[in-house]
Amino acid sequence: MTIQFKDESFRGDFSYANSPSNIPRFPFPFPEDEYMYSTNIEPHHAARAGSPFENAFDVDEHYVAEMKDRALVLAEDPGRCQALPHMETAGWDFVELVMVSKARDYPDLFKLTMDGDRWHWINKPLQIDDTFTFGDSSTLPCHPMEYIGRQVQGDHAILDQRDGNLWLDAGIITAQADWSLDFDVGMNFFEWHAPVPLAHELGVFQRALKFLLTLPQGQPSRRLNWTLTVNPRLDTSPENYPKWGPDRMTVTPENIGEKVHLRVELQTFWRLPRSNAILFPIRTYLMAMNEVVTQPKWARRIHRVMRDLRPELVEYKGLSRYHPILVEWLSQFDDGAPTSPGIFPD
Amino acid sequence: MSESIIEESILSRPTYGTLKIVPGLAHYFLADASGAECVIRVVQELPRDMMDKVHILYVPTPGEAALITSLYALGANRFEHFPTIEEAVGKLGEWLSDAKMGTQLYLAGTEGLVGQGVAKGEECGLDHTAVQCEHRGSLARRVQCVHCKTMIEDVTTQPVKCPSCELLLFVRDHYSRRLAAFQGVCINAEDPTEEIEIKEVFK
Repeated sequence: MTIQFKDESFRGDFSYANSPSNIPRFPFPFPEDEYMYSTNIEPHHAARAGSPFENAFDVDEHYVAEMKDRALVLAEDPGRCQALPHMETAGWDFVELVMVSKARDYPDLFKLTMDGDRWHWINKPLQIDDTFTFGDSSTLPCHPMEYIGRQVQGDHAILDQRDGNLWLDAGIITAQADWSLDFDVGMNFFEWHAPVPLAHELGVFQRALKFLLTLPQGQPSRRLNWTLTVNPRLDTSPENYPKWGPDRMTVTPENIGEKVHLRVELQTFWRLPRSNAILFPIRTYLMAMNEVVTQPKWARRIHRVMRDLRPELVEYKGLSRYHPILVEWLSQFDDGAPTSPGIFPD
Repeated sequence: MSESIIEESILSRPTYGTLKIVPGLAHYFLADASGAECVIRVVQELPRDMMDKVHILYVPTPGEAALITSLYALGANRFEHFPTIEEAVGKLGEWLSDAKMGTQLYLAGTEGLVGQGVAKGEECGLDHTAVQCEHRGSLARRVQCVHCKTMIEDVTTQPVKCPSCELLLFVRDHYSRRLAAFQGVCINAEDPTEEIEIKEVFK
């Protein structure tokens, strides 16, 4: 399998788009016709050849363009990548997990040769060919988390485990749905989720924390989360809200299909072997509504989900300004027919 | 002055207790004018021979002298006062850099002072179990502008204008102990022409 990497942008002219063959592999986040929070965690087993769940770290046609966008964000705001001093070992765990997984899953793109501590890493899509000493940060150009974080799609947080809690003590976060690493770094699990409405009362975070604290090595888990974003913009950070907030004013019934994007996070959870920390990749997938509705099952279902979404969630997810016209626009694709269970298209 | 009621709905925000002396080899106090009476209350009860272990830092309100006199009269080993929280917290850092195991830290006053004291204690390696906090006085918030990272002290209004980047900030119910600040996010970023009424809400 050879991937044709696209030359595209997530800012300015927003040339990002999904190829027709990439659309059916989108991780559609709604297994049913209605949506409410749940601790929807399942084992991160290989599932469905060609789906984003097939490999440990999914690589798709947007890989190279996403890594370029990350470099732009980090150049403007180095605070998007931070690690508290005790997180260096976890950074090396992250390096190992990504390199070993990618070299195994995509041998035509990535190659890792280990001679004791002397590692040779080749990343063909990004034209990287480096030799370094594993565990010795002075042999890398930057912190190990930043080094590998610049080569893997999705944001990555690393959670330290102590005192029966998880602490957001490191991360490389450039494509976030409105949360600030610089503000949240050092917080525990409940603190950094504090602004999320409804879920605390439902006990979602207590259950999720209990599950994560006992996450074993070698048995990663995953869940999907979603929101909507106007324009295919990865960097929807609070820092840059004045840049992307006005986009929400630009949605009209005429352009809504191309402007409004379903933004899905494939979140996975990995126990790291040396540090006992948890690696938390938050991989973002974007798809314009025009692309979503090419799959009849998804078109019917997303109309029903959006129509029946709780008002608190409409507000929290920042959809208020265009939610009514979106529901109206989506209704033309819903003939009322039943939909099959699960997230995959028919 | 009555004890303050802090809303319980903000999960990232610390809860505060009442200062009480616990066994320790040294007792460090940091207070502002609204917290001074807490320091006086607990230190007064100590036997005279323990005063050698007591160190007090104080941030008076400008022009106020009576509480300085009362705090001085407690007879602590060291007593110093500073015009700003920042300077007092800086001095606390100096003192704590020489501190030994068994050190206790007591913080009393407004949330900005307490939060910055907690952060300094953590930075100096004090375990959180060795730090006690009592909230007194104004519910004014210390706010970090998420856009330009400016710290804004004593915020009483919702929204508040950032003095540096001039954006109008909504003060989110989200608190960082590391920064000892609430998060301020532009309230009218989507439509900058929107007129927003500024109300005094954190008193």
